[in-house]
Amino acid sequence: MKFIEEFRDKELCQRVLAKIKSYGFPAIFMEVCGTHTVSLFRFGIRQMLPPTIKVISGPGCPVCVTSQQDIENALALASLPNTILLTFGDMMKVPAKSGSLERKRAEGADVRVVYSPLDALKIAKNNPDKLCIFLAVGFETTAPATASSILRARDENLRNFKVFSLHKLIPPAMRAILEMGESKIQGFICPGHVSTIIGAKPYRFIPEEYGIPCVIAGFEPLDILQAIYMLMDMLDKGTSDVKIQYKRAVREEGNPLALEIMWKVFEEGDAVWRGLGYLPSTALKIREEFSDYDAMYLLKDMPVTEAEENPLCRCGEVIRGVAEPTECPLFKRVCNPSQPIGPCMVSSEGTCSAYYKYAPS
Amino acid sequence: MCLGVPARIVKIEGKEAIAEVGGIRREISIELLNDIKEGDWVIVHAGFAISKLDEEEADTMLNILSHIPEE
Repeated sequence: MKFIEEFRDKELCQRVLAKIKSYGFPAIFMEVCGTHTVSLFRFGIRQMLPPTIKVISGPGCPVCVTSQQDIENALALASLPNTILLTFGDMMKVPAKSGSLERKRAEGADVRVVYSPLDALKIAKNNPDKLCIFLAVGFETTAPATASSILRARDENLRNFKVFSLHKLIPPAMRAILEMGESKIQGFICPGHVSTIIGAKPYRFIPEEYGIPCVIAGFEPLDILQAIYMLMDMLDKGTSDVKIQYKRAVREEGNPLALEIMWKVFEEGDAVWRGLGYLPSTALKIREEFSDYDAMYLLKDMPVTEAEENPLCRCGEVIRGVAEPTECPLFKRVCNPSQPIGPCMVSSEGTCSAYYKYAPS
Repeated sequence: MCLGVPARIVKIEGKEAIAEVGGIRREISIELLNDIKEGDWVIVHAGFAISKLDEEEADTMLNILSHIPEE
């Protein structure tokens, strides 16, 4: 078992596809994970499906849903003297009024890309005379790793390490999408790796309150096709439930140890999401007892540029699944992966970036 | 960004482990999981093993799908 090739078996995919086609009724599903967005394009799944079955992309890319003001806040932190700002690569190119982290680095700021929060911690250990700020972006998948780095910093009494948490929770964003009611979603393909941490329970409100079925799916073509098959089957039977397709990695209860570590360090806070606006209790805020490691307090005494949105950029609507990138006047004309205007073109998981790379012109 | 990849644990030292993905070995943390042994497959995300992969579940799924009659 290699856990990849087996789930790309062409013959099995054809069989599942035939099953999907056999239902013969139309459906609109939404996925809420950047990796699903990329998989759908990379494996040409949308083209395999009958035209009556649509899969739209929702707010599943953490870089894309980061508000313009939070990007400005990050740029302000990167400008602090004697400071190293550390973050994941996808954050580097997101443009804001006062530039981007990449531009800050070109202007002389010490901004570095890390693969893991533990790498950020190592850099802090190796640079005791510098303030090291980890710009933490991601959903429930990444938050336990960030929490663990804060716990280690405390255990090792590392006073020059701080975290600027932009972590967010996925299920409340799904509720916001449903409450807006802009797209007639009949089923959710739930994020596989977020669910390894949170399990199935946080999605239960979707079938219970909205009557919409959910399937937690893996990322290989066979996973996504089987998830669509399971959703079609629930629609056909008129039932709605949260089912796990990705059973090889996701348990009903999630990962209790990771959740315990995550909630030890974080508590629910409010956040502004790009495309969804202000959503209470959707952010992971560092608890008071770890305030020594919270970079948020540094912003209180410093000037931060007020964010400005590009009025032509339609990332907000793309994130909500109500506009396709091709409907944006900037797409491909002036906004492309090497010179992105909006975050959905910046992140490798952004819908615009995936369209640019994989969609037929 | 949120990329999670299947990797095989080749060596464990306390809360750290060496994991192998497609022939490439790297150091990861296994502190988010209990009962990880050498030879186990895990999902690695941002330098942490976040979930243990269950081979039996994978086989069951493939088996169910292989019994779908051909159209």
